[in-house]
Amino acid sequence: MKFANQIRIISITLFVCLVATNASAQVSYERILNATDEPENWLTYNGGYKSQRYSQLDQITPQNVSGLKLQWTLQNQVFGAWQSNPIVVDGIMYITERPNSVMAVDAITGRVFWKYRHVPAENSLVCCGANNRGVAVLEDKVFMGTLDARLVALDRVTGTPVWDVEVGDVDLAYSVTMAPLVVKDKVIVGVGGGEYGIRGYVAAYDAETGEEAWKTYTIPGPGEPNHDSWEGDDWQHGGAPVWITGSFDPELNLTYWGVGNPGPDWNAGQRPGDNLYSDSVIALDPDTGELKWYFQFTPNDAYDYDSVQVPVLADIVWRGTPSKIMMWANRNGYFYVLDRVTGKFLEGKPYVKVNWSSGLDENGRPIPTPQPEGMPTFPGNQGGTNWYPPSFSPRTGLFYFSAWQDYATIYRAEESDYEPGRAFLGGGFSVLAPAPGAPTIGIGRTNPINNWTNEVGFASLKAMDPQTGEEVWSYDQFDVSDSGMLTTASDILFTGGREGYFHAIDATNGDMLWNVNLGGQIVMAPITFSVDGVQYVSVISGHALSTFALPN
Amino acid sequence: MEIQFLRIARLGTLAFWGLILMPLHQALAQEVGDHQYTSQAIEAGSQVYTQQCALCHGPQGDLVDGINLSIGQFRTVQSDTDLRQVISEGAAQGRMPAFTLRAEEMNGVIAFIRAGFDPEGVAVRIGDPIRGKMLFEGAGQCADCHRVGGVGPRTAPDLSNIGAIRTPASLQRNILDPATALLPINRSVRLVTRFEETIVGRRLNEDTYTVQVIDSQERLRSLKKIDLVSYEISDEPSKQPTTMSSDEVADVIGYLLTLRGLE
Repeated sequence: MKFANQIRIISITLFVCLVATNASAQVSYERILNATDEPENWLTYNGGYKSQRYSQLDQITPQNVSGLKLQWTLQNQVFGAWQSNPIVVDGIMYITERPNSVMAVDAITGRVFWKYRHVPAENSLVCCGANNRGVAVLEDKVFMGTLDARLVALDRVTGTPVWDVEVGDVDLAYSVTMAPLVVKDKVIVGVGGGEYGIRGYVAAYDAETGEEAWKTYTIPGPGEPNHDSWEGDDWQHGGAPVWITGSFDPELNLTYWGVGNPGPDWNAGQRPGDNLYSDSVIALDPDTGELKWYFQFTPNDAYDYDSVQVPVLADIVWRGTPSKIMMWANRNGYFYVLDRVTGKFLEGKPYVKVNWSSGLDENGRPIPTPQPEGMPTFPGNQGGTNWYPPSFSPRTGLFYFSAWQDYATIYRAEESDYEPGRAFLGGGFSVLAPAPGAPTIGIGRTNPINNWTNEVGFASLKAMDPQTGEEVWSYDQFDVSDSGMLTTASDILFTGGREGYFHAIDATNGDMLWNVNLGGQIVMAPITFSVDGVQYVSVISGHALSTFALPN
Repeated sequence: MEIQFLRIARLGTLAFWGLILMPLHQALAQEVGDHQYTSQAIEAGSQVYTQQCALCHGPQGDLVDGINLSIGQFRTVQSDTDLRQVISEGAAQGRMPAFTLRAEEMNGVIAFIRAGFDPEGVAVRIGDPIRGKMLFEGAGQCADCHRVGGVGPRTAPDLSNIGAIRTPASLQRNILDPATALLPINRSVRLVTRFEETIVGRRLNEDTYTVQVIDSQERLRSLKKIDLVSYEISDEPSKQPTTMSSDEVADVIGYLLTLRGLE
């Protein structure tokens, strides 16, 4: 058939061209370093090393945002919360699906090029859902951490595994749920397992080979500084996991990581001392893993106040002085501004009701006011906020995040023994409810009826001014929210919530501009990108990844 | 008088084994001993539950949709053997993971679930269901607002299965001190729309932008908050604390516990 032959010849010609194009479009470290200069892409979990989740795209504006139209939807094929964050490289989206699948998706049509499935070991153990929060990319590879504590590198074009290495011992309940952070030629991940008596760490792997480059424990061992913040053998099973992607300052050559709770979670009396570096931010040299400084938010934590928030970096004039700051709305209910060169505490104020502490001293150390047994502690176990990625807009100078308002729990401490691979919690908690036995808030939402109501807690999107440490405005929702934030150069703030609404909010004043009910909980941060001059915004609600754009 | 004093735990066990799920003789075959879990097992199970189950299922066992462990509401489980299987093998495509528990831990957590999450138990007087039914429909004025078995108004919650979803202690609290027992979602609301319509009813669901109610004409209404001129939520339940005697209250509780839906 003459016609068919023509098609074939044309195809071959195209293929040759594509190979050439592809080779020139590798994701170099330099591209990631300058990720915010190519806003058509979303190259890292947090949208750039400063983790501001701010995009320079401005085609979608407060004036036209209500005209957004659904372009495509991709349905998840598994149960459970979909916390993943898409990465977009030159029109191709990389998204993970529970428990450990990666898909390469055409960002314009939502059709899937390839899907890789990693089946985690049967004894994988995670406290709070078989979550995966996304991938990292470098050159021609995609990297994913797994529930059975492995790090897998895939070929970005074919989805074929290139290497697959062990990060931690799955038999001891180590896991990886975070999206890795690529710095220079290394892929860096932390481990989960803070409810199972692990000893947490951050580890770096050679991106080409998977070979371990360094590994830094978040709990210092004997002979290391601050080991004396633990007694006896407590350090061996003291938790301090790292399960949210960190940030990087290339000028200081420092990566920053939020460290989780000490173990056992709720019995602080069982592990006397400050329990460093649990509930801290740590600054690590990306080349060697060396700890340069730390700042602890909650010493000897009894409330599961993980500090696994995204470290948000900004270079601003802070109270008259050009400063390299780090902003941090902590699970413990305080909003902090730190000097990220030294880790020095600059400012810290409560953003929700806090009664476990009466304030911070001049070094940022909380003054503890533990509540009597049986009395509610504010904020409750899920915290004033949690891992939901915030955003900082250099245009408004404001920091945005999801807070849980009026939410409290009653803690119960119990002695507990460490047993390998088993829960190590040291007690339990109940959520403060308006009537005995009334429904309460849990991890994620599976009920379409909100029968707990805002009397148990509700979401407050807060816009914080780092200059004052205080809220400038807030936007409340009826249910709580685990949604992250996205801001754009047109001063739109995109976010979600457990109710399934996708909201566009005026980043300058908190006015609601537009919303649409997508029907399922939004437990990730929306992202934006552009292809062929069209700006898209993507969000995951329930089991559907939806992408919107303005009509042509 | 036929008033009985029962621990909730024991009643829960009897109810599940005897009334709802299966003939008693089947249940007897599944557990050794005196056919009831021991209080030590329940207490031990409480700790296992806290450590292994509560993070997902919640302190009250009601955080997974369609499941309420404390009142024995499951998706697929009926017998204790089913429970054991789901716990040890997992379910729902891995959303419920498999747990490796020691025999006494497994026994304990099942006991704790079957005991209605109440390691202590509270003595609640349970009276005569027949007299209770008469009180419910007559002097107690319950049937003025509540519907049972397809009879009665729909404005207050339908109680056709209330005995399956509430403990005796909760039922008693609702009768004696409704203000502290009322679930917040059930609060009475009064809405005025910008179209000058006033809607009085009971809240069914709510989110940031909308509210769903059953109105006084028993219609399902969904309102956008942007269309509301006022929205009042009453802290007070529409019923007052009962004036019935303690014997009568016990009878009504006895009747309510027989209301188990279509099972």
